[in-house]
Amino acid sequence: MQTKTQQVNKYYLKTKRMFLGMQGTDGLLYKLLIYGLLVGIGFVYLYPLLYMGVYSFKSLDDLLNPLVNWIPTQFYTGNYEQANKVLNFFSTLMETLYVTVLPALAQTAVAAVVGYGLARFEFRGKKIMFVLVLATFIIPPQVTLIPRYIFFNELNILGSLSAFLLPATFGQGLNSAIFILIFYQFFRAVPKALEEAAQLDGAGHFRIFFTIALPMALPAIIISFLFSFVWYWNETYLAAIYFGDALTTLPLQLQKFVATYQQMFPAEMGVSGGNQLNEGIKMAGTVLSILPLLIVYFITQRWFVEGVDRSGITGE
Amino acid sequence: MKRLGNNRNLTGLLFVSPWIMGFLVFTAFPLLYSLFLSFQEVKITTDGIKTNFVSFGNYEYAFSVDGTFVDRVLKYLEEMVISVPIIIVFSLIIALLLNQKIKFRGLFRTIFFLPVIIASGPVIKELIDQGITTIPSIEQYAIYQALNDNPDGFFNGILLYLIKNLIVILWYSGVQILIFLAALQKMDKQIFEAAKIDGASNWEFFWKITLPSLKPMIIVNLIYTIVTYSVFSLNPIIEHIQKNMFKVDTGYGYASALSWIYFLIIAAALAIAVGVMTVKRKKKYT
Repeated sequence: MQTKTQQVNKYYLKTKRMFLGMQGTDGLLYKLLIYGLLVGIGFVYLYPLLYMGVYSFKSLDDLLNPLVNWIPTQFYTGNYEQANKVLNFFSTLMETLYVTVLPALAQTAVAAVVGYGLARFEFRGKKIMFVLVLATFIIPPQVTLIPRYIFFNELNILGSLSAFLLPATFGQGLNSAIFILIFYQFFRAVPKALEEAAQLDGAGHFRIFFTIALPMALPAIIISFLFSFVWYWNETYLAAIYFGDALTTLPLQLQKFVATYQQMFPAEMGVSGGNQLNEGIKMAGTVLSILPLLIVYFITQRWFVEGVDRSGITGE
Repeated sequence: MKRLGNNRNLTGLLFVSPWIMGFLVFTAFPLLYSLFLSFQEVKITTDGIKTNFVSFGNYEYAFSVDGTFVDRVLKYLEEMVISVPIIIVFSLIIALLLNQKIKFRGLFRTIFFLPVIIASGPVIKELIDQGITTIPSIEQYAIYQALNDNPDGFFNGILLYLIKNLIVILWYSGVQILIFLAALQKMDKQIFEAAKIDGASNWEFFWKITLPSLKPMIIVNLIYTIVTYSVFSLNPIIEHIQKNMFKVDTGYGYASALSWIYFLIIAAALAIAVGVMTVKRKKKYT
């Protein structure tokens, strides 16, 4: 009798250990829960992408057929051909790169300089300036939009890249405060010893900045540039107002997709189907407009994901 | 020695001077100018901008005549109160999950940061239009139907909003996950081992050590979430401001007043949120 309870006890412990683990983190149940959550939530993020991808390859017949759900009957690329025409893809892509890469570069450069100044030097009014830098983050762009619009109009730079580039060059671009903070944190975490040694050797502050501090800040530079790039790319509100019809970006073209489509392919009276705008074409347009960013992301994701730890985005 | 100090002082100012100039020209001046405009009736004529002082007329108009604005502000506040805590809690959970020792960690991280890349107004709008952002086939469930039948109740309203917008809410949380994850990875592993030896369970460890040490990051994320949520280009209030900007009978003056009211609301929301967080913290430690 005694041995039997012991036996049962042993098995009980063994199974318990298997499911709940020794320390609470290596049990089977725990792992199942974690992976279940990860896969489930991951699906929530992937679902729209999958949906877009699948629908963009569906021909009209597939779209209308309720039996065709996730796997199109044929590999139909007609949607992409039309979406390409509507978005005017390659020339729009070039324009988008033009209005996102340059401001992103300018913003990163100025954030590095200002962040270095804040991290390494003491000057009067530094605390006030710090508060103001943070304050610029919470000011909604709408408040400064109208005066800037009038101002840019007088400078005659509405509809040109300068409307984005000029504020970025002076540290007032999109979320500039965040980038200044990233560089500030980064330079503060870097030991001063190297710079002090260079100073003893007679190097000036600017030389130290360019030859010693800046090369060390590569992780911060990359992450700032990437985020800056993505945020400028996704900015449609300011772009629509500042650029008007003079410059366009892929997200802006996507916004006007339906209107442009109807202009290019006017619906023929009485004829159904054929030229009508359908879900597949719309989805193809959406895929095309996020594809460049997705490619950039998959190439640079190491920096997005791991660069964050190194660039000290969180501060102390 | 003093000369050297002065020198450093100047160099420091030189480094930050681009920002100071930019701040004065592109932020401080526009801020004051839009405050000035908000008290004016602005007419654009051929020889420039004509202003006419109307005192608080624009502000009164916003609250008494312009029903859309008040409606949208109330709706925005209600949605923010629901969404922001969910975004924070959700991104914290994901960060905790990603911080575990798991297989395919790189893959999962890549997936979870996708929203950072794709979250632009037109794309999200396209997704909402296609109905991809609700939980798939939720309409078939009895709970949803029961809720949908009487959407007036307070909790019913919240639940309905949640069900309909859950995916969009989750899509707002890319950067927040990044921030939490970076903070979690900086935490000292030794504390964890010490607590383990003292017999603390994971559960206790999370509530007593992880969470309190994440508190500053929670505040940072709170601010970030409220700000991005408020200035997102799909936000109906922003659409309303833009519409009024180019309307003939309201124009720049009224749009400026609206943007100032909105700014003050955001500032108040931030102050309340941060205030609540810090008050709680004090209580806990006394």
